[in-house]
Amino acid sequence: MAQQEPGDRPVDDAQAGDTVSSDHSADLEHRRRALAEALARKPGPKGADDDPEKHDQAGSGFGAALKLSSEFIGGVLVGAGLGYLADEFAGTRPWGMIVFLLLGFAAGVLNVLRATGRVAEPRANGLRDPGRSTRERSDKSD
Amino acid sequence: MAQDPIKQFEINTIVPLQNVAGLDLSFTNSSLFMVATVATASAFLYFGSANRGLVPSRLQSMAEMSYEFVASMLRDAAGSEGMRFFPFVFSIFMFVLFANLFGMVPYFFTVTSHIIVTFALALLVIGTVIVYGFMRHGLKFLGLFVPEGVPMAVVPLVVAIEVISFLSRPISLSVRLFANMLAGHTALKVFAGFVVSMTSLGALGVIGSVLPLIMVIAMTALEFLVSFLQAYVFAVLTCMYLNDAVHPNH
Repeated sequence: MAQQEPGDRPVDDAQAGDTVSSDHSADLEHRRRALAEALARKPGPKGADDDPEKHDQAGSGFGAALKLSSEFIGGVLVGAGLGYLADEFAGTRPWGMIVFLLLGFAAGVLNVLRATGRVAEPRANGLRDPGRSTRERSDKSD
Repeated sequence: MAQDPIKQFEINTIVPLQNVAGLDLSFTNSSLFMVATVATASAFLYFGSANRGLVPSRLQSMAEMSYEFVASMLRDAAGSEGMRFFPFVFSIFMFVLFANLFGMVPYFFTVTSHIIVTFALALLVIGTVIVYGFMRHGLKFLGLFVPEGVPMAVVPLVVAIEVISFLSRPISLSVRLFANMLAGHTALKVFAGFVVSMTSLGALGVIGSVLPLIMVIAMTALEFLVSFLQAYVFAVLTCMYLNDAVHPNH
């Protein structure tokens, strides 16, 4: 799973480029700095989200544990519920449950990753967009 | 003195009204404390805003602070356009806060320790988001579920996961509030029970019971913090979900 910060990725590229030519790596280094500055300047849509998380964890790790587990359980439960309904109405037992439970599991993992800030919220804008979509894509395909 | 730590969450019927049009509409202790919660919150705001002094009294100051608190929270999360939901968010915040704080009074019932109550609140929030989102943006609201830059081949899969993730929000929202209240109050009762059972063991037990007593005092303070924080978290998440309804492709 991609756990790197968006700014970290070009570092690897820069090191890889080092073997090709120092000129190339200087260019990449320059771009990496520009990106890091741009990311630092960007307020980001998670600004509002960080706050409750920080406060939520005030009472030891207990709040965080409840938060993350509820995010994950929520996804699985909704998947199971949708699967059950699909089976009831389409008469496809047990396939609806199997498919939706797996999707619900994926949604639960996505919820947890979003809650911990590993994956950006779906409606990120501007600069974050390209990095976000590639990261999300790699998460899904894992 | 109830020794069972779960007994405090029992629902007792006060005015039996079984089978009203096929529904059990009995007035229970839960209903009683909901009424008390709403009455206290209303009285707090009514008396807080009755005087309208230029130099606020203590009560007025508290009422103004709660207004400012929720207003800035909503403005930060959903912009000035989101302020049309202020009455909604403020009502939810005050209800949850007062219900949580009511639960801290000994022998009182904690309304928010029942998942059906918190789930109903969360459904109200998510229902508002869906209805308002479709009213305001029509089918463009569905763009919320399609992240940009995803190849066409995996769009159906991503959309299915996003929809389930969206639908799971009321569950995680309600489970978080309910689990915090339930776990906190149960733990408090268990440690208080240790004090009682240790004192019955003679002089050594009485000395030893100081330890759980200190624990209970510390946990009571923590529970007050949790009561406030969970009301805050519930309101902030409500604001963020409403932001999705106001600006779905922001």
